[in-house]
Amino acid sequence: MVELVIFVLLGTGAIAGALSVIFAKNPVYAAMGLLGTLFSLGVFYVVNLGHLIAAVQVIVYAGAVLTLFLFVIMMIGVDRVEDTSETIRYQRQLVIGLAAILGVTIAALVIGGEFAWVPLAVDGPIPNGTVENIAGIMFTDWLLPFEVTALLLTIGAAGAIALAYYAPGTSVEDAE
Amino acid sequence: MDLIDFGLIVLRVVATFALLLIVTPLNIWAERKLLADMQNRVGPDRAGPWGLLQSFADAIKLFFKEQVLPTKAEKWMFLLAPVFAVVPAFLLFMVVPWGAPLTFTIDGVERVVPLQGTDLNVGVLFVLAMSSMAVYAVVLAGWSSGSKYPLLGGVRATAQAISYEAALGLAIVAVVLYSSTAGDSGGGTLSLAGIVERQSGTLEAVLPQFGAITQFIPRWNLIPQFVAFVIFVIAAIAETNRAPFDLVEAEQELVGGFHTEYSGSKFLLFFLAEYVNIFSMSALAATLFLGGWNGPTFDSILPGFLSAAMPTVWLLIKTYVIVFVFIWVRATLPRMRYDQLMTLGWKRLIPGALGWLIVSALVIGIRRFGLPFV
Repeated sequence: MVELVIFVLLGTGAIAGALSVIFAKNPVYAAMGLLGTLFSLGVFYVVNLGHLIAAVQVIVYAGAVLTLFLFVIMMIGVDRVEDTSETIRYQRQLVIGLAAILGVTIAALVIGGEFAWVPLAVDGPIPNGTVENIAGIMFTDWLLPFEVTALLLTIGAAGAIALAYYAPGTSVEDAE
Repeated sequence: MDLIDFGLIVLRVVATFALLLIVTPLNIWAERKLLADMQNRVGPDRAGPWGLLQSFADAIKLFFKEQVLPTKAEKWMFLLAPVFAVVPAFLLFMVVPWGAPLTFTIDGVERVVPLQGTDLNVGVLFVLAMSSMAVYAVVLAGWSSGSKYPLLGGVRATAQAISYEAALGLAIVAVVLYSSTAGDSGGGTLSLAGIVERQSGTLEAVLPQFGAITQFIPRWNLIPQFVAFVIFVIAAIAETNRAPFDLVEAEQELVGGFHTEYSGSKFLLFFLAEYVNIFSMSALAATLFLGGWNGPTFDSILPGFLSAAMPTVWLLIKTYVIVFVFIWVRATLPRMRYDQLMTLGWKRLIPGALGWLIVSALVIGIRRFGLPFV
């Protein structure tokens, strides 16, 4: 029962936030709408006992990524109007087409009875989160993919620094 | 989960909230008095004995001031920013255990009440999440004021918070890693109550080879994780935008930084959030490194209700030692230049914290599994 109330309340919040990302005139309001959506999703994870994922979601997306968005948006200034002309050709037609495909797929799944309200299946008392279980699986069965992902992220970070620092045609010595 | 359980949860949260509201005005008074002492001044001494009521007088004054909305301000974000400052500040403290669990028997059912807002099993991550949410207040305030100084303050705050959050997080990772070696109940933990529990007793339990002296040294993370403690405190001072890292509101260059355009009760909220953050961060440092509420309770000498209150007293004493360090640093060190701030953050603290993490991991690994290739 509590689950359903939380779902309806925060689901509405999440959708409202997502819509405001699209329709807000001011990019800061759009960013705040996105923050609301991310937060609502975080609460959904908590309801489904994914405490760790909820915390990581807030730290990474709300705490780091969105702060960087705001950092850039702030440079635009409070009293300047955003340029709303579209740079991608046939953007609107493409989006409407893709949205229609998505809508039909969801409708088909709902009518086909693929979506159902699944209550939380826990035997005995509800556990206080599942950090230990995730750690157990991540560091035994999925250790190699986990380490490879870490390596990939490190390479990505190093690559970003390299791209930002060294223009083509210059050597490392020139940049220093 | 019956009505009494529910009532106890509500009571716990309200008590945690009340604790913060009671200590914050006293902290403001203590800071002003200590700063005055260190600078050969008298400090507030008119309102109440030793000026104790000065903070309350200030709060009442600010509360009844006119609400001013700058013409160029973005109204809703301008009003929302102080709320964004206060909410994470209070939420951060909700996971800090501020006393030993109490055991009651009501209606013949034994109930254990942990003295903390809530014991999340991802408590440490929750703390990091909330401290990263705090930056929104400064950013939104700076942006929505529609004025140059707040905007500059906001931009500085974002860069500073992102830089020092990494060092703060890495220092905590070392502590969590170390706590995994002390698990009497098995394994590591991200729960703050668990980290406190793993610091009870004396050093003899982990390092008996150092002889009888270890019986008198408490098993706090401070000793094995001293480097992490130093990094944590420096990063915490920067996260709370305190001197010498208060470039966000450097009054000589930015007038007041992000809160230049704020006045009255909205300014009061920013002020409240800043001091709540200082207390929460100090309590967190005490919890992670100084053994939290662990300490002698004098069961045999004191009456029951007093010895039950002793853990809270110990936590407050430890917290105030760190609050004192915060104030002491503010009174002693001049503000850093912006490039010095960034150099300290990115080139000293983060590599230092990473190096310390590697050293900790190596030592823990060798102590548990022995040297490799032997």
